[in-house]
Amino acid sequence: MLMAMIAANNGNSRNGTGGLAEPPWLRLVLISSTLLFLGLFLVLPLIVVFTEAFKKGVEVYIESVREPDAAAAIRLTLTAAAIAVPLNLIFGVAAAWAIAKFQFPGKSFLVTLIDLPFSVSPVISGLIFVLLFGLQGWLGPWLSDHDIKIIFAVPGIVLATIFVTFPFVARELIPLMQSQGSDEEEAARTLGAGGWQTLWRVTLPNVKWGLLYGVILCNARAMGEFGAVSVVSGHIRGYTNTIPLHAEILYNEYNSTAAFAMASLLTILTLVTIALKAFIDRKSRSEVRAVSKRMLTEG
Amino acid sequence: MIRTFRQHSILPGFGLTMGFTVFYLSLIVLIPLSAVFLKTFTMGWGQFWETVTGARALASYRLSIGASLIAAGINSVLGLLAAWVLVCYEFPGKRIVDALVDLPFALPTAVAGITLTAMFAGNGWVGSWLEPLGIKVAFTWLGVVVALTFIGLPFVVRTVQPVLLELDPEIEEAAATLGASRWQSLRRVVFPELLPALLTGFSLAFARAVGEYGSVIFISGNMPMKTEITPLLIVTKLANYDYAGATALAVAMLGMSFVLLLFINMLQWWSRTRYA
Repeated sequence: MLMAMIAANNGNSRNGTGGLAEPPWLRLVLISSTLLFLGLFLVLPLIVVFTEAFKKGVEVYIESVREPDAAAAIRLTLTAAAIAVPLNLIFGVAAAWAIAKFQFPGKSFLVTLIDLPFSVSPVISGLIFVLLFGLQGWLGPWLSDHDIKIIFAVPGIVLATIFVTFPFVARELIPLMQSQGSDEEEAARTLGAGGWQTLWRVTLPNVKWGLLYGVILCNARAMGEFGAVSVVSGHIRGYTNTIPLHAEILYNEYNSTAAFAMASLLTILTLVTIALKAFIDRKSRSEVRAVSKRMLTEG
Repeated sequence: MIRTFRQHSILPGFGLTMGFTVFYLSLIVLIPLSAVFLKTFTMGWGQFWETVTGARALASYRLSIGASLIAAGINSVLGLLAAWVLVCYEFPGKRIVDALVDLPFALPTAVAGITLTAMFAGNGWVGSWLEPLGIKVAFTWLGVVVALTFIGLPFVVRTVQPVLLELDPEIEEAAATLGASRWQSLRRVVFPELLPALLTGFSLAFARAVGEYGSVIFISGNMPMKTEITPLLIVTKLANYDYAGATALAVAMLGMSFVLLLFINMLQWWSRTRYA
């Protein structure tokens, strides 16, 4: 039965033609070793998170999620994401507009700089803010004179979150808007549309799936970031702990059920994120196709 | 001035969007990052060198870079296999498996860390099978490799997949017509096409692994000189308010990954010119 399904190669796959395909037994070996690897590394962890979280029953699970420190961690995580995601969204749209719609020298250098936070270790992302705002940091003495706390307080967590999620929206939008060109915007302008009108009515509808894609990935990272946030947080229970940090503390206290309850919340977020991503993948492919088709027929 | 800086366009908003982009980029990324380098300049060269070549630091580089290379290597082999299977074959549940490949991108590293530890600990689901065979994974360097393999898993699959999809089956057919065996056509025709993407995937997985923190610290056991990765050593120094030491290690780490990536980029350039 399985052999038959594997052998029945439909038109979607590349090596459909008889002479080029591997023999069925080899296929079966390749497919099952891939599934074994991916099952061990992708599926089993998911099962483990939920089994560990519900080990002591549903009541204990609900109790661990509703406990005051956990609730505070959930609130802080939501707050940090609620600030970081919109800011990086506005930045992403602005950067993509400047880079995709205009020609200027140094463009590829600018794109490289925007990608920088992705190539920096999370620990270093936290470290830079400690160096700036920490007690021995550049601005530390001035801040403590004015009684402003950034490191080991909420502003530091928000800053670190903004830094690590900085490129997500921009790097989705830049290539998409570059591939779409600016013919439609120019047409709108010629017909008398204002700049904002052009952005709202022409550009954004054309890139809506790419935009959403960037936003959900940005959000997932904002809520799940650990290293950078851990460096600036100081781990003050009920005050500067995000969900991942709270999970770490519980885990180190050997309260594994509660730690996995926290982890399960983030895992649900992850599953929603990748389901949406897979959905948008299909939609955005049609977005690119629709635009290029429109340009073919109209141009 | 802007008029001459950019080419003329009838679209508005260049000044506004460009101004905001540069302002926000400087505020969030460039100024804070330059703090790292400014901080190292306040240390003397001797002090810097002493910190970055300390015995504990050297042991941590060996583990961080060694484990990252092994993990990226495992991902190159298994990622290539996974990409091949996902593109070329049909099997039930393929779309779900394909979507799941993104899991390590989206799963918070701390969740990955505690989950893999629970799996590979002596009493865990996988660990209890491996322990009787004398293989200890959790709290050894093998655990570091496991965690880094997990977080690097999507990179090779996602860079090779589109190339494989674009590959024209006619080339393989031509090779077959000319009398090439399946293996020959794979090795001589398909593989060279995939090599640049494979190297890109390798270097992305490697770069991610070197700086990784959250997923490793739970499973590694964090014994100084043995299972302590460089990012953890930076955090340890920071926790002791040794800002200068932490910064020196950060700069050393940035420098090393830069050199390695440069090397891989050259390799990539070489493979492109050789096979193109």
